[in-house]
Amino acid sequence: MSGAFRIPSAGRLSQAKTARFSFDGQSYAGIEGDTLASALLANGVHLVGRSFKYHRPRGILSAGAEEPNALVEIKRDAARKTPNVRATVQELYDGLAAQSQNRWPSLSFDVGAVNDMASPFFSAGFYYKTFMWPKAAWKSLYEPKIRAAAGLGVSPDQPDPDHYSSRYAHCDVLVLGGGAAGIAAALAAAETGVRVILADEQAEFGGSLRFESGARIDGQDGFAWAQGAVAKLAAMDNVRVLSRTTAFGYYAQNFVGLVERVSDHLKAPGHELPRERLWQVRAKRVVLASGAIERHMVFADNDRPGIMLAGAARTYLNHYGVAVGKNVGVYTANDSAYAAAIDLKKAGVNVAAIVDLRDNPTGPVIDEARALGIEVNFGRAVIRAGGKLRVSSMTVQPKNGGGERTIPVDAILMSAGWTPSVHLFSQSRGKVAFNDETKRFVPGIYAQDCVSVGACNGTDGLSASLDEAYAAGAKAAKDAGAKTARGMKPKVDASESWSRGMLGAAPGAGSDTTVKAFVDFQNDVTAKDIRQAVHEGMRSIEHVKRFTTNGMATDQGKTSNMHGLAIAAETLGKPIPEVGLTTFRAPYTPVTFGAIVSHARGPLFDPTRRTAIHPWAEAQGAVFEDVGQWKRAWYFPKAGEDMHAAVDRECVAVRKTAGLFDASTLGKIEVVGPDAAKFMELLYTNPWEKLEPGRCRYGIMLREDGFIYDDGVVGRLAPDRFHVTTTTGGAPRVMNHMEDYLQTEFPHLNVWLTSITEQWAVIAVQGPKSRDIIAPLVEGIDMSDEALPHMSVREGKICGVPTRLFRMSFTGERGFEVNVPADYGQAVWEALWAEGQKHGAAAYGTEAMHVLRAEKGYIIVGQDTDGTVTPNDAGLDWAVGKKKADFVGIRGMARPDLVAKGRKQLVGLKTKDPKVVLEEGAQIVEDPKQAIPMKMIGHVTSSYWSQNCGRSIALALVAGGRGRMGDTLYVPMPNGVIEVEVTGMVFFDETGGRLNG
Amino acid sequence: MLLIRCPYCEEERPELEFRNAGEAHIARSANIAGESDDDFEKFFFIRSNPKGIIHERWRHMHGCARFFNAVRDTVTDKFIMTYKAGEPKPSKLPEISNEVVAK
Ligand SMILES: [Zn+2]
Repeated sequence: MSGAFRIPSAGRLSQAKTARFSFDGQSYAGIEGDTLASALLANGVHLVGRSFKYHRPRGILSAGAEEPNALVEIKRDAARKTPNVRATVQELYDGLAAQSQNRWPSLSFDVGAVNDMASPFFSAGFYYKTFMWPKAAWKSLYEPKIRAAAGLGVSPDQPDPDHYSSRYAHCDVLVLGGGAAGIAAALAAAETGVRVILADEQAEFGGSLRFESGARIDGQDGFAWAQGAVAKLAAMDNVRVLSRTTAFGYYAQNFVGLVERVSDHLKAPGHELPRERLWQVRAKRVVLASGAIERHMVFADNDRPGIMLAGAARTYLNHYGVAVGKNVGVYTANDSAYAAAIDLKKAGVNVAAIVDLRDNPTGPVIDEARALGIEVNFGRAVIRAGGKLRVSSMTVQPKNGGGERTIPVDAILMSAGWTPSVHLFSQSRGKVAFNDETKRFVPGIYAQDCVSVGACNGTDGLSASLDEAYAAGAKAAKDAGAKTARGMKPKVDASESWSRGMLGAAPGAGSDTTVKAFVDFQNDVTAKDIRQAVHEGMRSIEHVKRFTTNGMATDQGKTSNMHGLAIAAETLGKPIPEVGLTTFRAPYTPVTFGAIVSHARGPLFDPTRRTAIHPWAEAQGAVFEDVGQWKRAWYFPKAGEDMHAAVDRECVAVRKTAGLFDASTLGKIEVVGPDAAKFMELLYTNPWEKLEPGRCRYGIMLREDGFIYDDGVVGRLAPDRFHVTTTTGGAPRVMNHMEDYLQTEFPHLNVWLTSITEQWAVIAVQGPKSRDIIAPLVEGIDMSDEALPHMSVREGKICGVPTRLFRMSFTGERGFEVNVPADYGQAVWEALWAEGQKHGAAAYGTEAMHVLRAEKGYIIVGQDTDGTVTPNDAGLDWAVGKKKADFVGIRGMARPDLVAKGRKQLVGLKTKDPKVVLEEGAQIVEDPKQAIPMKMIGHVTSSYWSQNCGRSIALALVAGGRGRMGDTLYVPMPNGVIEVEVTGMVFFDETGGRLNG
Repeated sequence: MLLIRCPYCEEERPELEFRNAGEAHIARSANIAGESDDDFEKFFFIRSNPKGIIHERWRHMHGCARFFNAVRDTVTDKFIMTYKAGEPKPSKLPEISNEVVAK
């Protein structure tokens, strides 16, 4: 037996298998095909959660994605804990373990429920009013307490072990919603042969046919017809059918995001299956068939467990074979609840009474209810519900006042009418229109190539919906390019039809301030809160929403928005359209981070770039650092060395003998063509026309604003060929900058740009012994100082492979940069390493490289400059061609502020205590005794311990810095003030003699 | 995600392949070094930032890598047309309604 409330003759699961599950540790039996909600109800369990703010006991309101109350935690194992799962959506599997949330110590006795008694303190806007002062209490007191006391589930505390997948898809017609209308539209489109995707959020297609027992299509029960039609669609080559798939976002140009729940319903999902799959679909046409959502009635204590939407109760009966009570009451303002009462009555459930707010409604369902002997009361309201952990009664009163009568019930089925689901339409930027007659917002003005059909379009009745949908599906296919149309429109033999209803508070919502008549269950917003918001001056519905938080919970107000709007409009004395509807935003239902992130996590988050020499460095035990996407060898510790010791040793070795450094990550761009030199003149501050082939020059690139953008050594290989190097991080943007000017400002220049960063591995060999190390391996290049002076380049061979051999130095030592095709990078490195070993050379990493260049005052763009530094500020005026008529940045550089006195200039700093190493980014002041906030005149840009200098060294940007040589300045730090002396930027070998040493 | 038509590839491709490059039809003076502060300010800092039709530059970064111009409506985000770099500002725009009336 799968629950005392299971009715064997009802529902569609009767042949299915038993599934055991637990809720709050208690074991129950359900049936495969159940949702957690239907299985709990089958066992008579209505109390499933505590509310957000007041901790009121809550039950199951709905049978679908709109559920605001029945949020539970599903736990598969320690890492697979999913909070805030809607029990109405979670499919049951054998072994499912669920926990209630937001209660302590237990669901039936929750200490937090004192919030319910203290509710005057928690009324609308309480966040804004109550916790204003003191500010510090927010951090220490209010926020943690509010978070602990009011809230949803608890986030998992371990990394998500599941995997997710992601797919792009294209189709001609995308049909969102697989109820009768969606299926009909998909059939019409598919029959023309165009590519169709049909998606529905439920496990099974059919939408409201799940509960509409009166629907018959093509001679079959409606739900059976839906299954047959979908099976037919699924078998067609041009159709993709996606169940358990929610369209959560409708973006520009018919780009729609869907999430397919692949394995959350399985007992033991295999690791070959993703948990969820993100579909990013681009459709020529979209058919929206998202249906309608039933509204509840707003009356006192309408949140007691056992009170639910009538359509939901009907779904539980007709689809899952579950009676939601033994003695149910019905409270309605439209016909559809009668159908629920009739179905339950026929299934043997006692229907205590139908309370209808309307005065004298007529129609077949009313007649049928009477004929079945159900008591029907018109013009009456349920003014309050009795019971606490479960509803026990409903108190009925004529709607204009009069005698009260209390009727014992164990469930109340309510219906205030149906709200068209215009969420996706609204997300598509379509504008809704208010139909005053039916009191509904329906699609009005479309912004994209889509069309709404069926209940979401405000179309009433199965027959009219199917006609509309079939025609729309055929037209969408035609608009998407279909040539032929054949096939048969489904024929509706019998259907149900109901519309209208009411919006806003019913008489039982009271004007009394102690009455809790809920509008928004998930955020605990009552009718009184909305009235209060208006009384306190909120006029726009957007303000009312934010002040009360109505519709701002994870259900996004699917059941509450229209009621909230109507109450605000009534209080304001304005018609509903004038108060306006709040904007619907993606996602329609919550989407997991996993689905969005998909494979882009861990090592796949971002590409990792490794140089050709990386494996060698790894084998040597190098410690790597991330520089952009690159992994760069940071330092090469020997046994027992810490970073400090390793870097000191590497720095000393370079100046004493030689060092090898992997400089492959340097950006490299080849600038080629008859106008290459002209182009270089325009893109760099330096003059290039007269640079002899075979020579190099340090180039500075500016932006048009006159600030330094990049720098690097450029070699001229031939009159029409430059080998340009850029900073490691700058390569892509420098290339973009060059292309931009070449394509759009200087298109008359005959030049080609090619990124060659990854084509050449670069091995820097620096130090007094560098030539001795390289020379034995080089062929065809005269290595003498006369033939290959500092800042020159030659092409030849090394180890038998082609090389572009640069004589250049970023250390101040005699130095070379050996460029070889990347495939030979490691082999050449190993050969150079073997030679180097004969001379006592060391491999050095990026940290030593930084120290060595700082000892020489060579800047690093992006570290010593920050996008507001001119060549003059950096002391690089010598690199700006004075006779040039034009280059990018020439005018920007001359702006008044950029030539004004007192600009920050790059200088060196020496701490008075040579052992103290400044912190990079530390601020510099003139007078450490001044009051806080002090006037800051600059900051430290680079700072290191220099073993070669035997002291700390630093570079800094200081206002008027070059005029302060020898001055004492101060760096205030938390542990005291550090005294520094302003110096030149060169700390080692000021004359530069070692370049030829 | 927008679809953008590259006038060089003559194809609509997803936005991911493109990169915006700011307002179009802002000419860099051939004698930029001799420009007054006011003229340089207009050229470098002042942008129209319209609510409605904007002419802007895009680059088909992960495609043909060409820069081109586009006319876009900043309210609806819709691209009205694209054209090659160097071509003049179109004098007449194709009729594209921002609103598709209910079908
Ligand atoms: Zn292109």
